Amino acid sequence: MPFIANTDEQRAAMLAEIGLTTEGLFADVPAALRCGGLNLPEGISEQEVRDKLAGIAAKNYTHLTGFLGGGFYDHFIPSAVYATLSRSEFYTAYTPYQPETSQGTLQAIYEFQSLICRLTEMEASNASMYDGGTALYEAIMMALRITQRNKIIIDDSVNPIYRVMIHSYTRNLKIDLTETNNHEGLANRDAILKAMDKNTAAVILQNPNFFGCIDDFTDIAEAAHAKGVLLIVSCYPISLGVLKTPGAMGADIVTGEGQSLGLPMSFGGPYLGFMATLKKHVRNLPGRIVGETTDANGKRGFVLTLQTREQHIRRDKATSNICSNEALCALAATVYLTLLGKEGLKETAQLCADKASYAYQRLTAIPGVTPRFRDNWVFNEMVLDLPCDAADVVGKLIEKGFAAGFPLSRYYRGMDNSILIAVTEKRTKQQIGMLAEELEAIL
Amino acid sequence: MKLSFEKSVKGRRGVRVAQSDVPTSTHLRKEFLRDKDAQLPELSELDVVRHFTELSRRNFGVDTNFYPLGSCTMKYNPKVCERIAAYPGFAHLHPLLPQLRGGGMLTQGALQVLHDMDILLREICGMAAFTMQPMAGAHGELTGIMMMAAYHHDKGNKKSVILAPDSAHGTNPASAAIAGYTVKTVPSDAEGDISLRALKEMLNDEVAGIMLTCPNTLGLFNPHVREICDLIHSVDGLAYYDGANLNAIVGKVRPGDLGFDIVHLNLHKTFATPHGGGGPGAGPVGVVKKLVDYLPVSTVVKREDGTFALDYNKPKSIGYIAPFYGNFGIILRAYVYILMAGREGLERVAENAVLNANYIKEKLKPWYDIEHGQLCKHECVFSATRQAKNGVHALDIAKGLIDAGYHPPTMYFPLIVKEALMIEPTECESKETLDAFIAAMIAIAEKARTNPEELKAAPKTTPIGRLDETKAAREMNIAKLS
Repeated sequence: MPFIANTDEQRAAMLAEIGLTTEGLFADVPAALRCGGLNLPEGISEQEVRDKLAGIAAKNYTHLTGFLGGGFYDHFIPSAVYATLSRSEFYTAYTPYQPETSQGTLQAIYEFQSLICRLTEMEASNASMYDGGTALYEAIMMALRITQRNKIIIDDSVNPIYRVMIHSYTRNLKIDLTETNNHEGLANRDAILKAMDKNTAAVILQNPNFFGCIDDFTDIAEAAHAKGVLLIVSCYPISLGVLKTPGAMGADIVTGEGQSLGLPMSFGGPYLGFMATLKKHVRNLPGRIVGETTDANGKRGFVLTLQTREQHIRRDKATSNICSNEALCALAATVYLTLLGKEGLKETAQLCADKASYAYQRLTAIPGVTPRFRDNWVFNEMVLDLPCDAADVVGKLIEKGFAAGFPLSRYYRGMDNSILIAVTEKRTKQQIGMLAEELEAIL
Repeated sequence: MKLSFEKSVKGRRGVRVAQSDVPTSTHLRKEFLRDKDAQLPELSELDVVRHFTELSRRNFGVDTNFYPLGSCTMKYNPKVCERIAAYPGFAHLHPLLPQLRGGGMLTQGALQVLHDMDILLREICGMAAFTMQPMAGAHGELTGIMMMAAYHHDKGNKKSVILAPDSAHGTNPASAAIAGYTVKTVPSDAEGDISLRALKEMLNDEVAGIMLTCPNTLGLFNPHVREICDLIHSVDGLAYYDGANLNAIVGKVRPGDLGFDIVHLNLHKTFATPHGGGGPGAGPVGVVKKLVDYLPVSTVVKREDGTFALDYNKPKSIGYIAPFYGNFGIILRAYVYILMAGREGLERVAENAVLNANYIKEKLKPWYDIEHGQLCKHECVFSATRQAKNGVHALDIAKGLIDAGYHPPTMYFPLIVKEALMIEPTECESKETLDAFIAAMIAIAEKARTNPEELKAAPKTTPIGRLDETKAAREMNIAKLS
């Protein structure tokens, strides 16, 4: 075992010094409770493990041309993001409990919080959550605390992957979870307004929504606020390079999945939940928060702050049970946004929209392929209706080398022929053209 | 040091975005656009790299300093794990791919990793099955308690109380409360173990279960742990094992053999994945046979032909607790570590972790008070009460250690020990490192006697001194908005 330093001689010397034997180290464990060895294979060397895992990795087909999205996207990641993350001063550190030895992590988190606020046009952000789904669940819990009400309205244009998570988490809690059915691909205003009552804590919406459609929730925010209801918006951070922000719409809590900000898809994680709110709600915000302060000489420094909200102080009265967040992923997002900068993010977002627009025209020109929501505007993802079962078509396109999109029948009734197609800046005109040709050939 | 925003120069670029090969779209209507650009920094690539490199140098990490942060198991993170997690076959795999028709066959490698880890962790913990989905230890706790609730609901049990000892991590009561339970705290006895007498008094039909860390946060193995589990079972409660301290007994003792029904592991502790400055972690949860049906959707199954598939058909499941299959990149790193350690390696881990902790405990006993000085497991908890009489508190000792080049131990935890300093050296550290640390701790004990003022002014060697935490909370400057 190469990760243990001491030699047998050193161990013997140490044991002798403290008057113990190897067996004696476990004298406090009754014999009946010991397992007497595990039935595991013998350990192997780095050379062997690399060969073995290279073989396993080769069984994954990552060479497909990808048009899969659904909230998780194949964006370009600059090399400097990887280079920064591989600094082991960052990745082998733990939670910055000792600020003097952790200014690197702490300042990076402060910059992350600032970037998230600037991106969403909100006033306060925490240091990150596990992922976009758990962040949305935490936003619900936060809204219940703030309003002391117990009804939540969520439109089904919000990512269904998150909606099923929310159902699991709230199953044992006394929460009235009301789902509204989208209206022609957008948040169902009539149903939402009708469902809002004096018991409603929050309305949950997403922009761009799961169908890729762009909306402006300003009217819903106004109606909600008039009834003391909070607006929670889940968003896609890359889109905020160009799109109207949740802050500008009047959102009270903003969450989202930060994977698109410099993190590989990595088969579902680790990802990055982010969460921002208004300053007046900070004491109800879950998770770690970093704040600026000074030392005795007036020098600026950063610390974990407002910790009386958290589990290690408040235990069962804490705002959340979260302890570890996704600090290293938040660092990736921080480096990514800092590198791209003001112009780079805007250009990336525009490029995604341009390529999606091209794909939309190219694909809807195929006989039998129609846009599901003709009147709506999309960012980089779209729902197309095919003349036959979408899951079948996707399966056939896999054989042609395309992960062509996500069939919506899994989550939506009456959408057996619908496919959700995402286009990022990484897809080329040629790839889009080839997808169109193969799709046309199959249909 | 300046913030990135303060280094920004108008017009400077860090990235050239790829040339567009399609026409510029006009389909984004103005009413849907933001009115002013996001105020992100404008820096060159070198500016950015230098900024974050400079930040990194203001951190202690396991690679730079001995980091005996108790209950956090700051062991070495093998480099090969990082390398393998970056293999394109893993890093570039879209999580929705196996949910497409025929897509499962294109992700056999990833599904194999998840499946094999399940099998390995079953054996290590003595459990019937694991879910890999929880994304951190506390998330695993919540998942475990949700399964507990589902079990009781199914059986028609009316139970509302979860028990946890006063030495528990804060996440235990927080997780139970968030899942809808009332938490009752069981006091510790004079030996530092959970009080059996108090436990018996608190036990009734309302008790849904107990959450225990074993060894506990004092580093002590409770010889009555099986009796405790039996007591809980006597009221049809479930025993939850918080795996935060598994490093002490891995390969030697299995939570399942102790009578526990639910186990969470912190892969970033026992299985050497990086702590990342506070995550990402991973908190797989294992359960005994009677709870298998409640595991989250989906699970990976191995078919008769040797291929792997995702199973969504779980009618009794608590549902979906993560978007996909957990923090795959972290699970993969831990898998590599377990393959490299093997059967014998894991046993050596526990032995060396326990030896190192006891070595420090015995060597420092003459210099620091210790309430529970008996044989410990992976960590020992000293008390700075002797030094406090001279005005030097646990905090001052911690800051003195920073000047000596060490990351401090965990301070003021567990809550039941006054002036606590919780030291966990891990198996990775050599006798030379331990001896040097012990010498530094002795020098600080001496200084606490002879020159307490110097310790109260520490640290002097860091870029900033002690920070005003009250000011941070009062002024609440938590983002630079413009």
